Amino acid sequence: MSQPETRIGRRFQALREEGRSGLVTFLTAGDPDPDTALEIFKGLPAAGADLIEVGVPFSDPMADGPAIQASSLRALKAGMTLSKTLDAVRAFREEDDDTPIIFMGYYNPFYIYGVDKFLEDAKGAGVDGFIVVDLPPEEEGEFCLPTTAAGMNFIYLTAPTTTDERLPRVLQNASGFVYFVSITGITGTRSANTDAVAGHVARIRNVTDLPVAVGFGIKTPEQVAEIAGIADAAVVGSALVNIIAENLDANDKPAAGTADKVLSLVSELAKGVRSAGT
Amino acid sequence: MNKLNTYRAGVDDDGHFGIYGGRYVAETLMPLILAVDKAWNEAKDDDDFWAEFNHYMKHYVGRPSPLYLATRLTEHLGGAKIYFKRDELNHTGAHKINNTIGQILLARRMGKRRIIAETGAGQHGVAAATVCALFGLPCIVYMGETDVERQAPNVFRMKLLGAEVRPVTSGTGTLKDAMNEALRDWVSNVEDTFYIIGTAAGPHPYPSMVRDFQCIIGNEVRNQIQEAEGRLPDSLVACLGGGSNAIGLFHPFLDDEDVRIIGVEAAGHGVETGQHCASLTGGRPGVLHGNRTYLLQTEDGQILDGHSISAGLDYPGIGPEHSWLRDTGRAEYVSVTDEEALEAFQLCTRMEGIIPALEPSHALAHVAKIAPDLSNDHIMVMNMCGRGDKDIFTVARHLGVGVNEE
Ligand SMILES: Cc1ncc(COP(=O)(O)O)c(C=O)c1O
Repeated sequence: MSQPETRIGRRFQALREEGRSGLVTFLTAGDPDPDTALEIFKGLPAAGADLIEVGVPFSDPMADGPAIQASSLRALKAGMTLSKTLDAVRAFREEDDDTPIIFMGYYNPFYIYGVDKFLEDAKGAGVDGFIVVDLPPEEEGEFCLPTTAAGMNFIYLTAPTTTDERLPRVLQNASGFVYFVSITGITGTRSANTDAVAGHVARIRNVTDLPVAVGFGIKTPEQVAEIAGIADAAVVGSALVNIIAENLDANDKPAAGTADKVLSLVSELAKGVRSAGT
Repeated sequence: MNKLNTYRAGVDDDGHFGIYGGRYVAETLMPLILAVDKAWNEAKDDDDFWAEFNHYMKHYVGRPSPLYLATRLTEHLGGAKIYFKRDELNHTGAHKINNTIGQILLARRMGKRRIIAETGAGQHGVAAATVCALFGLPCIVYMGETDVERQAPNVFRMKLLGAEVRPVTSGTGTLKDAMNEALRDWVSNVEDTFYIIGTAAGPHPYPSMVRDFQCIIGNEVRNQIQEAEGRLPDSLVACLGGGSNAIGLFHPFLDDEDVRIIGVEAAGHGVETGQHCASLTGGRPGVLHGNRTYLLQTEDGQILDGHSISAGLDYPGIGPEHSWLRDTGRAEYVSVTDEEALEAFQLCTRMEGIIPALEPSHALAHVAKIAPDLSNDHIMVMNMCGRGDKDIFTVARHLGVGVNEE
């Protein structure tokens, strides 16, 4: 299958030319409220995020740990919806037309929106790709193939449990990049051993030329630097979401300066990808 | 809609019943699901596996359960002849044990040493804890915090049986969240763990595997009704939570087109109030917990919590095969409110000396609605899938009677 040309491909090309790995940030759309979330979102590129994952809130985030579960519920409570998430992307794109935006979420909200209409609206808003946690290649006809046909990327998750026999099947219709889930578990819990991750990244590179991003359990600039040494990008999510959680009052209202605190951790993490030698 | 040659052929290789079912799980879980599928495919063609299953069904569970003509109830309602399939007499008091025996035998074949389960009412949790005690395996049961409170006797039973009950506070702290938590445990413990799902839902192969274990109910009914009446029944009635007792009764009769099939969902305070668990009546197709099926959800695709007086029916989804049977028109699905179920509970207790669980009380309430208008030679079989000991405190509270729970 031919690879759609997207901001994701261009960004990884630019990173390669710069000779460094990228930082991918994950935050949940609308967390803790739509305004604060948009302020953070718009500040991410300047703080050093190379690619942005936008978590689409879902009531039942099965693959996520407590931090991201809570962020999803906060966003839903604050009235976030899929349509409003698309609005946030439109607002972001008024200021930034280069930073890739990837929606990460679960299939049901996309399915209920209507796949064709959703892909059209997402493309129009400026979304570049999708990570849909509960759509393995066995269900690729649902959403992966239509996404690619619509000129966007479908990014597959691979896991330590994905065997060598299975890997080519998983990556058959992958595009954009490959997301390696570094632990067998949920987000925001354990951290992986770098040597083990390096082995898995090598396995993936045997099967595909796509860039490989590594996520789950990466929290500090040091860990980012280590992963940057072995992969094309490092993904940080729960550590950022935790800063939001730590700055909420009893009514889930963020303290003044919450967005700045999140963005300053992003700047620290961004030093991690710039310090690592690749 | 065109009639199919058979309604019993499905599931397809990818786990679909029409557009329903499937395997919507994270890649971390996918290799585990495929391993269960492979092991199940081998086991289900292995006579030794079924011999072992049947051994435990007979000597441990106490099967076959009787098919009993409810004479006084039949007279009282004055229409159809009503039979109860007495699965409430099974060891542990419900049909759930049929499935947990089957799955633990599979787990043993796969060499898995740690068992996890989710539970709502606690009946499946008790059935899982029971088979773990039987085979000496550790058992962890995830249970929504609210259910831990309202089903205290079952929580204690599970603990007595040696299981660890983990209260789930994530999400809304109900059965759907307990299932999320069990799935999270499974992806975190991939090497040694087997997940015993409690109903005919979840990613393929669970819906058809659980059905195949529960089909012992319908297969026995076929033989027993032949013996009692010399013919097949005219109608079958069962309650639906996730749909396992119902599919177990229905499936062996799907191709007997003269047998009318009726599933009864929980209407809670009434489907029109939004406070219910009737996914087939009041929901729409969506994707959750590994399968596409009818779900209670918002316009934005967020899953809603249901309400039912019966914790065992309190699930916002339904097994995918029922979604398919609904769309094809082979089965009818209706709903019954909390009030109607409570009335049926008391009717059965007084008329037949059987204290039914609140779940089959829903099925019985529907029987009581339709039986009077049917002729005396109409044979109706209702699945009495659980006994009501676990529910007496709930019922007492609703009737305004004080019972000391301590
Ligand atoms: C007695 C009884 N009946 C029915 C159910 C609902 O499950 P299912 O629809 O899978 O039979 C339960 C669930 O806990 C139960 O305990």
